Amino acid sequence: MPYTSELKELIKRVEATRPARVEKKRRGEEFPLLSLKDRQVRLEKFHPDYKGGSRVEIRVGPSKGYEIQPEMVRLLEARSRINPDLIDLTKVAYETDILIIGGGGAGTAAALTAQENGAKVLIATKLRHGDANTMMAEGGIQAATKAEKDSPYYHYLDVLGGGHFKNIPELAYTLVTEAPKALAWLENLGCMFTKMEDGRMKALHGGGTCRKRMHYAADITGAEIMRTLRDEAKNRPEIKVLEFMPAVELILDEHGHCGGAVLYNLETEEYFVAKAKAVILATGGSGRLHYQEFMTTNHYGATGDGVVLGYRAGLKICFLHTYQYHPTGIVFPEQAEGILITEKFRGAGANVLNIDGEQFVNEREPRDVESSCFIRECIEVQKGVPTPSGKMGIWLDSPMIEMMMGEGTVKREFPGKYILLKRFGIDISKEPMLVYPTLHYQNGGLEYNSKCETAIPGLYSSGEVSGGVHGENRLMGNSLLDVCVFGKIAGENAAIYVKERVKEGRLTLDHVRRYHKELEEAGIVTDRVAPMLLPDYSNPKVRERQLTAHYVGTIR
Amino acid sequence: MEVEEKKRDDLVPIFIMGKRYEVPASFTIQKAMEYAGYQLIRGCGCRGGICGACGTVYRFPGSYKIEVGLACQTVVQPDMYLTQIPFFPATKSVYDIEKVKPAIETLVKHYPELLRCLQCNTCTKSCPMDIEVMDYIAAGMRGDITRLAELSFDCVMCGLCTSRCPAEICQYNIAILGRRLYGKYIVPRAEHLASMVKDVEKGKYEQMLRQLMDTDEETLKNLYSAREIEPEQAGEDWTPKDKAYL
Repeated sequence: MPYTSELKELIKRVEATRPARVEKKRRGEEFPLLSLKDRQVRLEKFHPDYKGGSRVEIRVGPSKGYEIQPEMVRLLEARSRINPDLIDLTKVAYETDILIIGGGGAGTAAALTAQENGAKVLIATKLRHGDANTMMAEGGIQAATKAEKDSPYYHYLDVLGGGHFKNIPELAYTLVTEAPKALAWLENLGCMFTKMEDGRMKALHGGGTCRKRMHYAADITGAEIMRTLRDEAKNRPEIKVLEFMPAVELILDEHGHCGGAVLYNLETEEYFVAKAKAVILATGGSGRLHYQEFMTTNHYGATGDGVVLGYRAGLKICFLHTYQYHPTGIVFPEQAEGILITEKFRGAGANVLNIDGEQFVNEREPRDVESSCFIRECIEVQKGVPTPSGKMGIWLDSPMIEMMMGEGTVKREFPGKYILLKRFGIDISKEPMLVYPTLHYQNGGLEYNSKCETAIPGLYSSGEVSGGVHGENRLMGNSLLDVCVFGKIAGENAAIYVKERVKEGRLTLDHVRRYHKELEEAGIVTDRVAPMLLPDYSNPKVRERQLTAHYVGTIR
Repeated sequence: MEVEEKKRDDLVPIFIMGKRYEVPASFTIQKAMEYAGYQLIRGCGCRGGICGACGTVYRFPGSYKIEVGLACQTVVQPDMYLTQIPFFPATKSVYDIEKVKPAIETLVKHYPELLRCLQCNTCTKSCPMDIEVMDYIAAGMRGDITRLAELSFDCVMCGLCTSRCPAEICQYNIAILGRRLYGKYIVPRAEHLASMVKDVEKGKYEQMLRQLMDTDEETLKNLYSAREIEPEQAGEDWTPKDKAYL
């Protein structure tokens, strides 16, 4: 739907201030960045993570007592989808060296390096291969690649500053030092990075970066990386993929090592035992849990399954008390609600503005700070832009980019978003976009180390399901980097483990029985099941009429 | 939750696989199907127009025209009758990217059906991303891999072109082969990247990074606040004043 006449009136205020703002940019004058202290004040007052009652204690499991979002706690305090007594672990349907759970960026990168290291690989994924948040990442991938102005040293400082200095140093070190290698690896696989004539990669700023190191493939960087990795995996016969086959439980062995997973065929509703010498969890994040009823940029399958699986098997969780709200999700038109508007627009210089067309924050603060300032402007200052559906938004002034970088820049550099909004009758090279913070990234997750090892031998963790590398807040462009770097590491180390592993043991689901017992002992009586697998967008009226339908969790 | 339940006076009829449902007029086809009672497993992915899971075809009564769209991006219209095509069988040739050449021979060897193109333009008309599919196939037939790559760049690989091609070509898999050939062999490599990789491997930054890792939080905060920020408008030749950590 195009902008309403009310909104078109308000856009005139943005247009009125635009020439002066462009002039300022040209002179190199920026809206001042907040000090570390001021950042903290804004976060504590306005960030959804800090809101009273937004965190509750987990009452069971290895991180008992840790306070995180209630939506995730409800999944951790749920029962398994299966009764362990009904699963015959001697009936092995699939046998492989390495089972990778999740077919996104991290899982596919892991599959490639595992195969290169001689392992037989099976990817089990909930939807299609490549259906993942990686596909949806737009803006870019960070790496210090230009030695005359940047180095991993500065990348490291930026990562830590963004993460409130809480990041696990060894993980952040691995991320920034492996970054150039990951980029070269992608280039060699044929990823179409946006380059200059001589092959030099174009790079932009992201929120919280001190050097321009955001490399990109137009505004569909994640899709370009994902489709390339997927194509490469399909070229290697040693990598098998099971689609529409999520894992619902990890299987351990009598020695406490990981020995596979129970898989569920979403279409035929059968459960299968997959036996493996090593397992890599690469299931991604959890925006589809709609924390605090926020909208999300995430993929349909982002329901936090891997955290549930790992936690039940005995892994601790960390940094899950913070969730990343991306400042710029579409809030109008309603049909496109929650869809991500890449930070690259702000990296390219587009201002963010209130109802009067005034700047109220520098457009390149780290994401959590930027989001807090948007929420403040709408709630406390009350200068948000009202939408027809009764929500509030902030202007993101994309037409500025045309004025600064020449006509046609928006269409050329942001083809994905240009086409998308054009379909709704909005020309973002001429009209600003209306945005509001939206759930974007699971900063925390399962505890792991820089070799992607977890506390359970034979179980590896990689990508968004894991926690620590980004501390309390991830910077733009470090998630695509994360899945490439730690995907590759997980695949390589799992393959080495497979070669060296000698003893095999009897498979068991006793950890599930123990978990159920712990729930009972904590007085948690529930018929909730987890992992959730798919979010619930069904129509309650329809459900009322489904008199003979039986739901286990959200799935019929 | 995405579907809000309230008293609706804005319902319009649509026909999902021929069956009539009344759905809110402002909904996308995807949300309308959920509103109608479908639980989507196939035919739903990113819900943001980039993954290609939800290719949909539809018609209107009285019109010969076949319309296409992504279900997550297309708003319903009264009386449309539709079906999703969540999967369509496709050819995918297996190749070793290290051994192929960026030439027409590679395209034809792996996808000989490329040469069967009838230039009917049905693929282009079937593309929900408005890509000039026939033009990139024509570029492929000429061996113009650069053009093939550029024209197909926005492809979400939904497969609607393939489902309708009378020459039985799988356009989107030819396109990704073309893009990978272009990205790997035709565009010049980034020399600055290769030399940075060497520097990292030589351990050039090892000591300064290890030092940072051992630094206390206060010092880190000071170092962070004192970072020299590359100006946004700076040109490619910008260098910082402090070069000690480069």
